[in-house]
Amino acid sequence: MGLAKRIIPCLDVDNGRVVKGVQFVDIRDAGDPVEIARRYDREGADEITFLDITATSDNRETMAHVVEQVAGEVFIPLTVGGGIRELADISRMLKAGADKVGINSAAIFNPEFVKEAADRFGSQCIVVAIDAKCVSANGKPKRWEIFTHGGRKETGIDAIEWAKKMVSHGAGEILLTSMDRDGTKIGFDLELTSAISDAVDVPVIASGGVGTLDHLVDGVTKGKADAVLAASIFHFAEYTIGEAKQHMQDHGIEVRL
Amino acid sequence: MATVAVIDYGMGNLHSISKALKSVSPDSDVVISADRDTILSADHIVFPGVGAIRDCMSAIKAKGLDETIKQASKNKPILAICIGMQALLEHSDENGGVECLGLIPGNVIKFPSNSTDDQNNKLKIPHMGWNNVNYLYKNPLFNGISQNERFYFVHSYHASKVENKYINATSEYPETFPSALKWNNILAVQFHPEKSHGAGLQLLKNFLNWDGKS
Repeated sequence: MGLAKRIIPCLDVDNGRVVKGVQFVDIRDAGDPVEIARRYDREGADEITFLDITATSDNRETMAHVVEQVAGEVFIPLTVGGGIRELADISRMLKAGADKVGINSAAIFNPEFVKEAADRFGSQCIVVAIDAKCVSANGKPKRWEIFTHGGRKETGIDAIEWAKKMVSHGAGEILLTSMDRDGTKIGFDLELTSAISDAVDVPVIASGGVGTLDHLVDGVTKGKADAVLAASIFHFAEYTIGEAKQHMQDHGIEVRL
Repeated sequence: MATVAVIDYGMGNLHSISKALKSVSPDSDVVISADRDTILSADHIVFPGVGAIRDCMSAIKAKGLDETIKQASKNKPILAICIGMQALLEHSDENGGVECLGLIPGNVIKFPSNSTDDQNNKLKIPHMGWNNVNYLYKNPLFNGISQNERFYFVHSYHASKVENKYINATSEYPETFPSALKWNNILAVQFHPEKSHGAGLQLLKNFLNWDGKS
């Protein structure tokens, strides 16, 4: 009895289409985000995150339409990230039916933006997305810094300090992606995740590196994450969300089944 | 045609709740409104809310909606959600202390920081995600909803010092707090039925079928 740990499938969307291949037998159009969201909802996803990976202005309009369609029939929390740069972007996504927005590089360019957004729309809908990479030499105490542009550009900002600052600015949740692990399928960076989770009072979503269901368990038990986000293990139908939840429950984690 | 008024005081996202209401009752006319007559003439009234209490209360008062809500509370079935529920109590500690509508006796306090669960993990604030709702007695609003069903919550403050007769359901984080209050024709829930999948939709459906009397 108590608050469940959340499983959040993430859809990378480019120009209205889910980018990574999706191999579901019961889906007619494997690239349609609405159809995939519907399926994740049926399987018991606790929330769904849409990531607009190109985030041009045309694309954002397309994204708003996707969210609008999904929100009309899927009644769980929806988060939209990618290209959220101004209050008007947030407003548009909330109007379309999103419950939260993910702010990433706009927070780095202008940390005050997070404060303005939280003041205007409430902390509950402001998720700050942090892309972190380990920068310490082997054998030295671990240190992580924030990177932008898909992990290619360093900022010199310490990840733990940044997370604390974002929470003090009003972030209601942190979406933490390890750029070292993203796409590797070798599991979350558990040290990074637990360091950030210990440093802040708000929930932390672990992301980057999930390849097996045990990785999801580790993210919660060792990484102290409040929620786990994954894309490819669900997209390629390696596992259903139901299987993932059952596995977590079998390992003593409270989930919504 | 039955009408449902969603009270619009200019805060937050009313689209989710309207879409959810429309989905469970396609034949109802769901109107988002700040107009006194429109609200008072509706068959059911939903009082939603997100954000911080001070802004909510000042927006409610600026639009004269405090009087409208008080008027409606005399006889219309009302569903208050999240901050809407908190606004019905007397006083909230949020934002340095804010006087609320006082339709139900009780206060709103913050979850204590530095709480831990039984495995000694830090409990995060906001209380965000799916938690169990334990109803203390069954009424038509919980028809078809299992005991301890999970609903979606997102909040840092919760109702406190509410007399037992008003408490319909409780949840734990880690201490027990009221997650649904019911008094006469008013149901107030801390969770978001519009984001709580099947159980949430069932509760909305039950509300729209409720005459506010049973």
